[in-house]
Amino acid sequence: MVADNSSTPLSVTLRVWRQAGPDQPGKFVDYPAKDLSPHMSFLEMLDVVNDELTTKGEEPIAFAHDCREGICGTCSCTINGKPHGPGRGVATCQVYMRSFRDGDVIVVEPFQAQPFPVIKDLVTDRSAFDKIMQAGGFITVRAGSAPDANSIPVPKEDADLAMDAAACIGCGACVAACKNASAMLFVAAKVSQLGLFPQGQPERDKRVLAMVGTMDSLGFGNCTNQYECSAACPKTISHDFIARMNRDYLAASFRHAFKPASASTGGAG
Amino acid sequence: MSLVGNLFSSSIGRKFLMAVTGLVLVGFVIGHLVGNLQIFESPDHINGYAAFLHQLGPLLWVARIVLLLCVGLHIWAATVLTLENREARESNGPRSAKKWIRATLASRMVRWTGYVVLAFVLYHLAQFTLGVTGTAHFKENLPRYTMTADYRVAGFPVIKAGAEVLDVHSMVILGFQSPLVSLFYIVAVGLLSLHLLHGLDSFFQTVGWRSAQWSGTLRKIALVFCAAYFLGNLIIPGSVLIGAKGLREGYKAPVTVATNR
Repeated sequence: MVADNSSTPLSVTLRVWRQAGPDQPGKFVDYPAKDLSPHMSFLEMLDVVNDELTTKGEEPIAFAHDCREGICGTCSCTINGKPHGPGRGVATCQVYMRSFRDGDVIVVEPFQAQPFPVIKDLVTDRSAFDKIMQAGGFITVRAGSAPDANSIPVPKEDADLAMDAAACIGCGACVAACKNASAMLFVAAKVSQLGLFPQGQPERDKRVLAMVGTMDSLGFGNCTNQYECSAACPKTISHDFIARMNRDYLAASFRHAFKPASASTGGAG
Repeated sequence: MSLVGNLFSSSIGRKFLMAVTGLVLVGFVIGHLVGNLQIFESPDHINGYAAFLHQLGPLLWVARIVLLLCVGLHIWAATVLTLENREARESNGPRSAKKWIRATLASRMVRWTGYVVLAFVLYHLAQFTLGVTGTAHFKENLPRYTMTADYRVAGFPVIKAGAEVLDVHSMVILGFQSPLVSLFYIVAVGLLSLHLLHGLDSFFQTVGWRSAQWSGTLRKIALVFCAAYFLGNLIIPGSVLIGAKGLREGYKAPVTVATNR
């Protein structure tokens, strides 16, 4: 990133992927964006461009956004070939125009993969991630009043590591960055954030088997250990979690195959 | 799903098969190199070693079948995973070329180095095991070598002095005296080393033994291993090519060349 504190306005050309619908053919269209404040966020710049388009009676560029604070995982643009654009550890909404130079051509594409079909322009359907979460991204607990704090001891190191994994905002940059459209980093983060806690143990094996199985069935690709995912992750989640999930999955598969099962058909009573 | 089902049909399972078969093959190429480096000792060594391996009979076939199975599984896993990966990349959106952020050269080249390694293995077997290429210099068509000393394995004399054995020593040197063959070997083992660099690193990631705590060290170990492996392989054709390693004393060219086929 260019550390530029000047307020000199800049003008860029946006080369945006326009696609009217999932079944429509798309194409790149150039839009000039003139006299922008370098302190504008990338999404604010898109807002300005969209205002101009609307005034002219053209269809504004559809793009996904929500919190604009880098914590919701909704924004999802591949900017100049890198998911979430220049910089490390930032989501698209935290990219500022000072990262670009006057006269730049900025290519903007949706996050894409076979399981992430384009809905319109820069918006893709990432509900495949929800299906993976539904398969095992939860723990079964007694719902009711909150349990006493610290009633279940959790080592600080485990809690810290689990928090690193839990930083995942589910944006899908890992899938977009992977040449194989693999969701391993996302699934690894979600498997690990629960698997590292005592509360996650009863369903640990079931969880990893179900989530990986669902990931495979949804058509995500396989990991080639190139670590493009963690390089593109706006939360800089480490691919160490992928190694951890691999170990967890293999161990669960072996345990599942060899552990004794109760012959009883009834309950305890 | 069952264990076998998980290993053969899940992404992580197939990668595990790829990693484990790859490791077996890494073990094989290390052993193969160490065995071959005996060429720099007296001809008794490599010729005795070759005769010893052939003498193993059924055991040799067990090893061959295990290796073939590993090669087969490794290629099968690579193929199905690659096809799935391509399909996963298909979408209704733009088809932009991938821009790399940090993937290593070895990882980006791994499929291509794999193709070259496969071609090389087939050629290598054709040349030195089956005698389909370079027939005139194939061990079966060279005069037999008489062992001047015992060849010992773990202290046991497995091939006795005076035994008539195939002259692998001369076959290798005659084979590598062709610059084209030697250069192909050098390029191929170079690419194999690059293949192993990504493979070795990936093995630890796939089985889950890699983490930031030691991934830097692991990469260095892999680099040193691959460099050493390449150099070890380079010196055999290399030294023949530059004339530093010549035919053994007393080698006589066969009177009739390639009578069988």
